[in-house]
Amino acid sequence: MTFAFYVIAALTVAGGLAAVLLRNTVHCALAVTIAFAGLAMLFLDLDAQFAGFAQILVYIGAVAILIVFAILLTRNSETPRDGVFSRNWFAGLFVAAAIFAVLGWAVLHSIAVLPNHAAVPAVTVAQIGQALVGRYVLPLEIVALLLTAAMIGAVIIALDEKGRTK
Amino acid sequence: MIDHPIVYQADQIFVLLKHWLIGQLPSSVQPAAGVLLSVVVIICLFPALFAVTTIIERKGLGRMQNRLGPNRTGPFGILQPIADGIKSLTKEDIVPTSADGVVHFLAPVLLVVVVFMGFAVLPMGRNMALTDMDAGLLFFFAIGASTELSVFMAGWSSRNKYSLLGAMRAVAQMISYEVPLLLSSVAVVMITGSLSLNKIVEAQNHYTWGLPHWYIFTPWGLAGFLIFCIAATAETNRSPFDLPEGESELVAGYHTEYSGFKFALFFLGEYVGMFSISGLGATLFLGGWSAPLQILNFIPSWFWFFSKLMAAICVFIWMRGTFPRLRQDQLMNFAWKFCLPLVLTNLFVTALWRFLGEGWLRWALCTAILVVVYVAMARAEMRSGHFGSRRYRYAE
Amino acid sequence: MFGEGILKGLAETAKNFFGSYVSADRLTTVEYPEKRLEPIEAARVFPFLVYDGGDWQAGLRCVACQICEKECPPKCIYIEKSKDKKPDAVGKMQFYPTRFDIDVSVCMSCQICVEVCPFDAIKMDKLFELATDDRFGGLILDRGMLAKSNQYFHGIHPTEAAEVDARLTAERAKSAAKAGAPAAKDAGRPQPPPPGEK
Ligand code: SF4
Ligand code: SF4
Repeated sequence: MTFAFYVIAALTVAGGLAAVLLRNTVHCALAVTIAFAGLAMLFLDLDAQFAGFAQILVYIGAVAILIVFAILLTRNSETPRDGVFSRNWFAGLFVAAAIFAVLGWAVLHSIAVLPNHAAVPAVTVAQIGQALVGRYVLPLEIVALLLTAAMIGAVIIALDEKGRTK
Repeated sequence: MIDHPIVYQADQIFVLLKHWLIGQLPSSVQPAAGVLLSVVVIICLFPALFAVTTIIERKGLGRMQNRLGPNRTGPFGILQPIADGIKSLTKEDIVPTSADGVVHFLAPVLLVVVVFMGFAVLPMGRNMALTDMDAGLLFFFAIGASTELSVFMAGWSSRNKYSLLGAMRAVAQMISYEVPLLLSSVAVVMITGSLSLNKIVEAQNHYTWGLPHWYIFTPWGLAGFLIFCIAATAETNRSPFDLPEGESELVAGYHTEYSGFKFALFFLGEYVGMFSISGLGATLFLGGWSAPLQILNFIPSWFWFFSKLMAAICVFIWMRGTFPRLRQDQLMNFAWKFCLPLVLTNLFVTALWRFLGEGWLRWALCTAILVVVYVAMARAEMRSGHFGSRRYRYAE
Repeated sequence: MFGEGILKGLAETAKNFFGSYVSADRLTTVEYPEKRLEPIEAARVFPFLVYDGGDWQAGLRCVACQICEKECPPKCIYIEKSKDKKPDAVGKMQFYPTRFDIDVSVCMSCQICVEVCPFDAIKMDKLFELATDDRFGGLILDRGMLAKSNQYFHGIHPTEAAEVDARLTAERAKSAAKAGAPAAKDAGRPQPPPPGEK
């Protein structure tokens, strides 16, 4: 655990907390972006270049933009007067605790299973690429198919109905 | 020829200079000092280039419109950027009362930080990349994607309808054109087999009969380069894709509410973004720092990189002086209905090129496919009425 | 061919770019403070008050009827009427303005004051270099600054000035005929120069 790790971790946690606690929804979305950026830096700190850059490209470049667009296009971005906190927050707390428990269990379990975490394999981007189109080509194709189906679905939804155009 | 000592030293002058400077320091701080020195040089160099570019642009645009351009400050007006700089630095910094102060402040800062980070992976000469990342290209695009966020922040935090509309347009446009931009670069990655920009330049730095192996001299490379140029122009919000700041309808788009130094930062961000994307284009398709002819190899590599960069900038200016602004629907149609199919075809052609092996067959086949697809699509698009003169629904 | 127009456009600007270095008559602009273009006759910038004869105070055509003051859209004319009377351009006894100010910074050069004036007293000037370093007082022009001679009017707008002079001469003749003995009354007034003479 280096100094860099603590700085980045603090940033990420602060971003996450701000995303939950701030009152303005757009501010929350921007805070989430900080958390995303922190995660990307953590990946880079661990020498996982591909994961780090993919995190930035996908989460900051696309997901964050998607979130802010969704906020702006669905309702107004002003802070609601009667607070932003849900009334049945304990249900949310329960879900969050459950997810945290599952994740924690998984992480602890994996540490126990790994013989020693000194021998971290150095994975280069080239190897990831090789694996993706070699050993994991079938899952890749299935995911691609799924995305294509989703895209066609989106196009169909957005399509003007016949007769209404022009 | 690079082996000749004088040529070698001229080529590596900056690298040697840096090593010498760092050698003066105690060895414990040497790595950090090395990085710091390179960063400082980049941060000084590109704003200087920005100043030069503004005067070239204003002069050039003037000449294209049969005007003289600025000619009052200093001989031939060459001191104009200094006057501009003093003016924008001493202007009052106005923040609207209803604006979101923190976000309003962070937006230009984020933009400038992000655009400068792109230079970290660009090889500006032989051995002259700040870092040699395995995934350099990916880094470049990941960083580039973050500019959208700063544009959005600027537009949203100003609490001004023009700013917000401009930001929405800018973000929509940047997301749309990022697709052809990325896919046209993927063709290069497919041929080189590496995401490292250094390797991409090395792969192009060969000569047959004294002529270079730049990717632009292949059918797929030429098509990819043209699409890359179009998408890069749109990514940097330059004319004719400068709808986000269309002054006739949006005042100045997302930076309407910025003044003084912050406005200067946006301006700087736009131009530095232009430099970095031109540098990337030169690296991917024009052989980066390699010389255009083998006999010209004695001229230092950094000279070639910056000449290509400035040539690209001049083309940007030329386009700005020539084309009228597009309409929003034309812009989107062009990205999704023309550039995207074309760039997908180009990917297919690239794969074909890779697996057909040497010989005239692949030249003929790849060129034929690209030309046929281009002509067919252009015909279809013209007939469908997405381009060309507009048909008004109610006015006829 | 698709994309042909783009190349044509680029060729055109390139031609302009290089052409403007080779042939100077391509350049459509002049370098203003050193070189100037003569403004066209119909140019109009800012109103001025016309006077006849040599003495601006005596010859001022304005009768302080205040129509222009009321009609000016941005309300930039300020007029104070005199207590006594003096003969006007056609020889009738009329009031005259003791104060006539126009605010340059507010005037929008619409020429409405000129259109509504029944006495041809206010006309448009061609001067456009009205900048001053005093942003309050310096931009309000008073009577003395606004008054310009009829010769000056002939100099800048000859056609219009000739028309005005013809009309005034006719009116003067009419009022003289009505008065019966014109010579006694007109003697005290300076005669306006005949039209065409500058
Ligand atoms: S300038 Fe004409 S309209 Fe105005 S007060 Fe004098 S006479 Fe009347
Ligand atoms: S030109 Fe128009 S704005 Fe100016 S003083 Fe006359 S009426 Fe007023």
